Amino acid sequence: MKTISVEDVTAAVRRLCMQACTVLGDDVIQKLEQCRGTEESAPGREILERIIENARIAKSEMIPLCQDTGMAVVFVEIGQEVHFSGGDLLDAIHEGVRQGYRDGHLRKSVLHPITRVNTGDNTPAVIHTEIVPGEKFKITLAPKGFGSENMSRVMMFPPSAGIEGVKDFIVQRVEESGGNPCPPIVVGVGIGGTFEKAALLAKKALLRPLGTPNSDDALDALEKELLERINRLGIGPMGLGGRTTALAVHVNVYPTHIASIPCAVNIQCHSCRHAEVEL
Amino acid sequence: MKAPIDEALVRKLRAGESIILSGSIITGRDAAHKRMTELILSGKPLPFSIKGEVIYYVGPSPAPPGRPIGAAGPTTSYRMDAYAPLLMEHGLRGMIGKGRRSEEVKQAMIRWGAVYFAAVGGTGALISKCIKEATILAWEELGPEAVRRLVVEDLPLIVATDSRGGDLYLTGPEEYRK
Repeated sequence: MKTISVEDVTAAVRRLCMQACTVLGDDVIQKLEQCRGTEESAPGREILERIIENARIAKSEMIPLCQDTGMAVVFVEIGQEVHFSGGDLLDAIHEGVRQGYRDGHLRKSVLHPITRVNTGDNTPAVIHTEIVPGEKFKITLAPKGFGSENMSRVMMFPPSAGIEGVKDFIVQRVEESGGNPCPPIVVGVGIGGTFEKAALLAKKALLRPLGTPNSDDALDALEKELLERINRLGIGPMGLGGRTTALAVHVNVYPTHIASIPCAVNIQCHSCRHAEVEL
Repeated sequence: MKAPIDEALVRKLRAGESIILSGSIITGRDAAHKRMTELILSGKPLPFSIKGEVIYYVGPSPAPPGRPIGAAGPTTSYRMDAYAPLLMEHGLRGMIGKGRRSEEVKQAMIRWGAVYFAAVGGTGALISKCIKEATILAWEELGPEAVRRLVVEDLPLIVATDSRGGDLYLTGPEEYRK
């Protein structure tokens, strides 16, 4: 059995908030550079150039990549042999978010959904815990901006819609979103499970590093087909026209009920931010 | 281009043109638009003037020590569509944001002579470097949504929608659709 102090968890979450909001992953930068090389639209190339330049400034000057530093989504993988000491694990994660957003000068965007009164410290975080075998303890922090989150949807299809209906829905969702979610986007798709499982699959799909193929051949082909269809829409960088509408489409599936095909589309802006650590 | 701007200049701008903006602009997003609209509709004065102003849809991140402002990229403009026509009627000349506008907003831009600029969304660090001063004009309690006056230098923008109905959000994607 392994024992982890919740104080260490708070310190790790604090660091991850600041890191995720200011440092864009190399996988994203590489993909953006690749697209800048192939983009046909001149304004499109200029926009991609600015996005790459923005990442450079953000990292070197520790300025957030985007003013919408998001709602903190935290994925925690907890080995069943791990014990936590010194307090409540979930409280420790929220405290890490509170400290990270305060000390990193990150925007506090979280408020009550009805009264609209801001909580003042960007808490609570949205925490997804998963029990895994062994002594692993991994925290992944993915700040989610809501320009793109607002464009996301869950649809419960009847089986008669088939995979073609699902594909059309995904492409149509991107088309209707236009420039709003800050393209080039990453499209996370969850197919199957239940209403909430589909949404979680889609969210998790956004964490996969860009440029890595889906481990399932059929899904890999589906991702490529969807990406090609989406990039034929012409939306382009920031919706002003061009070939680069999406950097990637990532699909996760899970068995579902005989009566349904749940499908969730979670849209992620080009600032595809996440940071992780294992304790 | 120097802000504030007048109608003659606005009428010359065409969708698709790149411009560099310097000068003085104001900021406002969802909550500030709601308040401005409520004041105007109840016949009360605004705590600041919007005549001839360019409004930037932004909710910046907090200013770190030694800087006027934090990251300050544009927010999505359609959420301000319900309020924008009334503000143009009361003298607003320009808007900076991201994403396409409603038909009502475009009609109001033609009628009152206003322009809509697109800034590159998600480049809050880059745009932050173009902002030389930031002061709160009203509603400080709204935090990132408070109305600020910004002094900007060499802010790169694209004319997205002009005062003749030209809309790069329509014509741009049409050109590349296949």
